Amino acid sequence: MHPLMQSFRAQQLAEHEEQALASLVAEREAPVAPAGVTRRSVLTAGAAGGLIVAIGGWAPQSAHAAASQGPEGGAAKAVFEPNQFVSVGTDNLVTIVNKHHEMGQGNTTGLASLAADELDADWSLVRTEYAGANVKLYANLAFGMQGTGGSSAIANSYLQYRTAGATARAMLVAAAADAWQVPADQIHTSNSVLTHASGKRATYGEMAAAAAKQKPPANPVLKTPAQFTLMGHEHATPRVDSPSKCNGTATYTGDIKLPGLLTAVIAFPPSFGAKMVSFDASAAKKVKGVTDVVAVPEGVAVVARGTWAAQQGRRALKVTWDESVGAKLDSDALLAQYRDLAAQPGTPFAKPAPAGATPAPVATKTVEAVYEFPFLAHAPMEPQSCVAWLHDGMLETWAGHQFPTFDHQFAAKAAGLPMDKVKLHSLISGGSFGRRANAWSDFTVAAVNVAVAIKGRAPVRLQYTREDDMSSGLYRPMVVHSVQVGIDDAGKIASWKHGVVAQSIMAGTPMAMLIKDGVDSTSVEGVFPSSYELPMMDGQLHSPALAVRPLWWRSVGNTHTAYVMETMVDKLAHAAGQDPLAFRLALLDKNPRAVGVLKLVAEKSGWGKAMPPGSAQGIAVHECFGTTVAQVAEVTLKDGKVHVDRVFCAVDCGVAVNPDVIKAQMEGCIGFALGALYYSEIELKAGRPVQRNFDQYKALRIYEMPAIEVFIMPSTAAPTGVGEPGVPPLGPAVANAVVRAGGPEVTRLPFARSGLVQA
Amino acid sequence: MPAVSLNVNGHVHKVEADSDTPLLWVIRDDIGLTGTKFGCGVAQCGACTVHIDGQPTRSCVTPATAVAGRKVTTIEGLQSRTAKAVQKVWVDMDVVQCGYCQSGQIMSATALLEQNPKPSDIDIDHAMAGNICRCATYVRIRAAIHAAAAQLSA
Repeated sequence: MHPLMQSFRAQQLAEHEEQALASLVAEREAPVAPAGVTRRSVLTAGAAGGLIVAIGGWAPQSAHAAASQGPEGGAAKAVFEPNQFVSVGTDNLVTIVNKHHEMGQGNTTGLASLAADELDADWSLVRTEYAGANVKLYANLAFGMQGTGGSSAIANSYLQYRTAGATARAMLVAAAADAWQVPADQIHTSNSVLTHASGKRATYGEMAAAAAKQKPPANPVLKTPAQFTLMGHEHATPRVDSPSKCNGTATYTGDIKLPGLLTAVIAFPPSFGAKMVSFDASAAKKVKGVTDVVAVPEGVAVVARGTWAAQQGRRALKVTWDESVGAKLDSDALLAQYRDLAAQPGTPFAKPAPAGATPAPVATKTVEAVYEFPFLAHAPMEPQSCVAWLHDGMLETWAGHQFPTFDHQFAAKAAGLPMDKVKLHSLISGGSFGRRANAWSDFTVAAVNVAVAIKGRAPVRLQYTREDDMSSGLYRPMVVHSVQVGIDDAGKIASWKHGVVAQSIMAGTPMAMLIKDGVDSTSVEGVFPSSYELPMMDGQLHSPALAVRPLWWRSVGNTHTAYVMETMVDKLAHAAGQDPLAFRLALLDKNPRAVGVLKLVAEKSGWGKAMPPGSAQGIAVHECFGTTVAQVAEVTLKDGKVHVDRVFCAVDCGVAVNPDVIKAQMEGCIGFALGALYYSEIELKAGRPVQRNFDQYKALRIYEMPAIEVFIMPSTAAPTGVGEPGVPPLGPAVANAVVRAGGPEVTRLPFARSGLVQA
Repeated sequence: MPAVSLNVNGHVHKVEADSDTPLLWVIRDDIGLTGTKFGCGVAQCGACTVHIDGQPTRSCVTPATAVAGRKVTTIEGLQSRTAKAVQKVWVDMDVVQCGYCQSGQIMSATALLEQNPKPSDIDIDHAMAGNICRCATYVRIRAAIHAAAAQLSA
């Protein structure tokens, strides 16, 4: 996902006015729905009309009416619902609704802590829920649609969720002031309790019904960072999802139980672009438990009672495919083409600025390299799956819906139903790394297609096997960079010629409108713009189209651009005879955040300290999604093999809402990036992906995980994201350390290609 | 399809399974215990790890018929002092991220500590090598195993 989604919002509205998205116009001005227009009022109003969710519009409802609703509303004890995010029950529990998708990054905890802090709620009494698809109430304010990505969950919600909590608190205080006949400003709140110096005391639960009758404040006062009691405090907000994920009770898509639930697997095309010619289901239908073998747009679905029966049925199925489209799709051939293209003029993405008053350096020497990056699969631990149930003239789905707005539209279209007859249940997912956020809603639509094909006879869970998931395309595209930097005798950069060849992620999707002057910025972000000021850059982009779909992969374009830029900078420092840290600091004098994290990580890692023979440090810094991260990797080379011993990581993400979650994300980003650096590559041969499971597409394992120390730059600036920005600097920091330890300059990834790790 | 008698978490279940039906799908689809996860189907990722007579075992490649008469323990059936200590430190240290692999991680870690109350880093590397975590929570998994060992010996 990408910050560019922000501008997608306005254009989406212009082009699809009739769609549900069009109703967003007022939301920027009123990001928290007015009091009385509550989540439950939406749910219950819909139920009263025979629908589960009223998508198309909600009738404002008084807080009083909301409070009077009975148990049929589904939240029996929530008598106080000042907005769509926060409710308080008579049981004194505070429920906070997560509008985002939780795929492990910790936003459920983070968003809850924003509201709970302003509410002065007792963290142990906070519960969380996941929002269904409702773009009016739950849009990502950075995207204008409901969706999670671009490391934006906390950043876009920071004021919205705090305002939601502060509103609830103000109404509780006003209710207590009325009840106790004391001025509101004399009432103290802490740990879900209201108190007054007179000795009066009430829990939030006790005051909830009265609070529901209060008028919401127009502009509730928010805390200053110094007043935060949860945000920024180490271990004040332990993860809300830890207990259920440690005892097996956390519910993922595959764990949904429904009466008569069937399981489907699909015989997908074996190569990209392949078309089904015919199939013979006779043997498959003889497998015990198989109930249906049906053609769907995605392939041939085998439906059964039980996952194993479905898989056995698929093994017995005979399908004839026309694979002519992808027959020539071959990674080696493609790389050769890309290398040729990279040296040729393409679409300009950066042009040298006109010469200024001061004379520019004159190149006397060229530093150059060609970089090659493979296709990458996301390979989240939970293979894709979705439950679809057509019943009573409506459709329900259960899945890790990362883009509910797209999933909602496309599920409705596949089912041939209006959107208000489609209810999405957004579940946690077992990782995504970009995979579940796609503009085709691939696994959701496929599940609906199966449900339609069996005529809604029963709820059906479409289950991808690992091989299905890894072979489904939607890869981080293959990329080649060709870079030539001219430097003068003092090592100053005089010219920078930069060719990039990469499939466009945006092309062919509703986001294609974001491609400007032929440049998909997700192909070049990190080169242009860059943390470094490089007015001399001449950038040329080629965006070939292929039968395999590309997709964003944790940190998107930065997955390759940071590697190129930060290893080039080390080469340039070496050519200039300067220390890599000092060289960077000199280039970044107008970027205080980058300078700050570089200095912090240098200090903590003891940059420049003596290292044992065969060991070295490498450094890199990169900014993406508004967050700047610097890392120092310490590596050891032994018998030609690399081992990363330790990584120091400094991050500036503005206010640290949940310091431990930030540290966890940095640790996770580092391990995720290191596994890809070492091993990850999807090769295509005759249109088919070669690597289809973890035996060939190796993931980092515990014995390869370095020790990690994370340092968070103190800040009071608005928070930026942490789910992705820890990824980009890791590769170049390690690669730079390898060179400094006497190893090779690696320009063809993964490392396994160079024999630096055991493939 | 032949009937198989399985002892899972102390309860005997009679299920139908062919000789090649993996224990994983019997546990999840037939018995309805969904804490044990499907990750790869080829014993590469460890998300499906259960205990067979206390030994960590990949249920995705273990035929259900092969464990008839033996004690199968899933994440839902963990009862031992060691297991409870592992689960507690896992929560206390916020090890999890997406959580999908963590049932398997906890099953492997519990089996390790039952057999080796004070594991070294190398011991942990060996015992946990079969469990992939794509969120890369490995730093905390290692720390949590050491912490559980310390608590259990205190």
